[in-house]
Amino acid sequence: MNKLAFSLVLGKIGIALVTLMIVSFAVFFATAFLPGDVTEILLGQSATPEAVAGLRHAMNLDQPAIFRFFLWIGGLIQGDLGVSYANNMPVADLIGSRFANSMKLAAATTLFAVPIALTTGILAAMFEGSLFDRMVTVTSITLISVPEFLVATIAVLVFAVYLKWLPAIVTVSEVRSFGEVLRVYAMPVIVLTFVISAQMIRMTRAAVIGTLKTSYVEMALLKGASRCRMVLRHALPNALGPIVNAVALSLSYLVGGVIIVETIFNYPGIAKLMVDAVATRDLPLVQSCAMIFCVAYLLLITLADIISIIANPRLR
Amino acid sequence: MASIASVFQRYGYRFNRLGLCAAIVILFWIMVALFAPLILPHPVGKIVDYDFYGPVSSAFPLGTDYLGRDMLSRILMGTRYTVGISVVAVFLACSIGVCLGMTAAVTGGWFDTIFSRLMDALNSIPSKLFGLVVVSGVGSSIPALIMTLTVIYAPSSYRFARSLSVNVNTMDFITVARTRGEGTFYLIISEIFPNILRPVLADFGLRFVFIVLLLSGLSFLGLGVQPPHADWGALVRENVGGLSYGAPAVIFPSLAIASLTISVNILIDNLPQKIRDRS
Repeated sequence: MNKLAFSLVLGKIGIALVTLMIVSFAVFFATAFLPGDVTEILLGQSATPEAVAGLRHAMNLDQPAIFRFFLWIGGLIQGDLGVSYANNMPVADLIGSRFANSMKLAAATTLFAVPIALTTGILAAMFEGSLFDRMVTVTSITLISVPEFLVATIAVLVFAVYLKWLPAIVTVSEVRSFGEVLRVYAMPVIVLTFVISAQMIRMTRAAVIGTLKTSYVEMALLKGASRCRMVLRHALPNALGPIVNAVALSLSYLVGGVIIVETIFNYPGIAKLMVDAVATRDLPLVQSCAMIFCVAYLLLITLADIISIIANPRLR
Repeated sequence: MASIASVFQRYGYRFNRLGLCAAIVILFWIMVALFAPLILPHPVGKIVDYDFYGPVSSAFPLGTDYLGRDMLSRILMGTRYTVGISVVAVFLACSIGVCLGMTAAVTGGWFDTIFSRLMDALNSIPSKLFGLVVVSGVGSSIPALIMTLTVIYAPSSYRFARSLSVNVNTMDFITVARTRGEGTFYLIISEIFPNILRPVLADFGLRFVFIVLLLSGLSFLGLGVQPPHADWGALVRENVGGLSYGAPAVIFPSLAIASLTISVNILIDNLPQKIRDRS
């Protein structure tokens, strides 16, 4: 890696850190705007003013918001996620096992979706304008323009109601054999794959078509290289940066998709936990879950940026 | 339909069939949103059928919901919430985003740098997650929902408008106007805005789709429009129990959302070149 690439990478990491700071600021203040007071929620309408004042002091609510922000962020860095309002348990304990569940779901989807989407995207680009290409384009536009829960409901209707192949509701605790694992994960993974591949296919296709139009690919064609060699050897390495970016961006759709999918299939993951926390206005839990998602998202984006810098042949 | 197309052609706009169909679907939903109370076959909240999750019949063209209420009436009224909230939110988000974007591009300097950094950071929060966070803070009354959607989509609109304005800003006529001694406000209103209007309008449509999807998603999670009112997403949520019977009450609101969002996307893809181009 040369000096220029190195400084670019450092710059990306710096930007990611600044962004993370602003994001945590936004997350904290969006949830601090609560109309009425948290203490009223905790103690109920009939609480005495003394009790309210005492709790406010104990929770540092009588301090300025900016002070509470630094207190909160300091706690996060040390791994102290705060205490849930709803059941008085440490947030870290609530999140622990569920985080692993969500990661499993995300990993399974990634392993499944990325190869399928990349192959489809590259094939569609190779045969641009063919019937296959047009079908892929129409299907992916349709999938992008409908809400995730529609994809999920249609999948349930088809696979669970009409075909009766798969169960509609996931119960992770009952999983014992490999066959059961497949049955349990199939539905959520299928739905998530549809949700994230559509975008990935479109972006991969656009990136490959873009490089296929460059003069060095035309040169390869004139030189007599086969179509396969032209795409795989000459076009693909140059489209790698945009493709990696496409994959990372699409994986970030996973965040949105996972929120819907975990809810609809009752999957005990961190997104379901967060949705429930929003419904009960359990702010420390919401804040922690949001920060976990944001960090994961920023990591993906920054990683993609770094890979596309390293993959760029002109920067080596 | 061909005659309508020829009218547009006379004015130099070329619409194709697909784009025209999409425009008609969108117009249909706008009309429904405006005149819903006048065309309801049954009162929205009234239980009219003894059976729940009723099938499609002549009395209830789209079946009945989980309480035996007429689905057609509920979808027609739901249009008001889905389309109404989304239109207001997209209008606010785009106005704020475009105004700030143009200002940042023309002013440049530290204002531009700080603002762009800030907006990029907000942009990097996934929209659904951002929605959950804001809703947990401000609740889900209709004004709060509009505010939430505006806050979430203003940054991306800002980014789009700014990048367009930066390109326009380097043109000769801007330099001429500056030399003439025109102020920032004049530059923005008379020189930049007319030149970015068309792509901004196309972007307005896309942003509208995103907002409809996010609003439906939030309502589906039970965090959007609250009962007794229901938008299309909330209708799907209410009746999701009928999914295992394949009830029409789940399918039709979903189809309504899909028809609207797909139509807007198709319309934008098939807009006459004259409107879509960045020139």
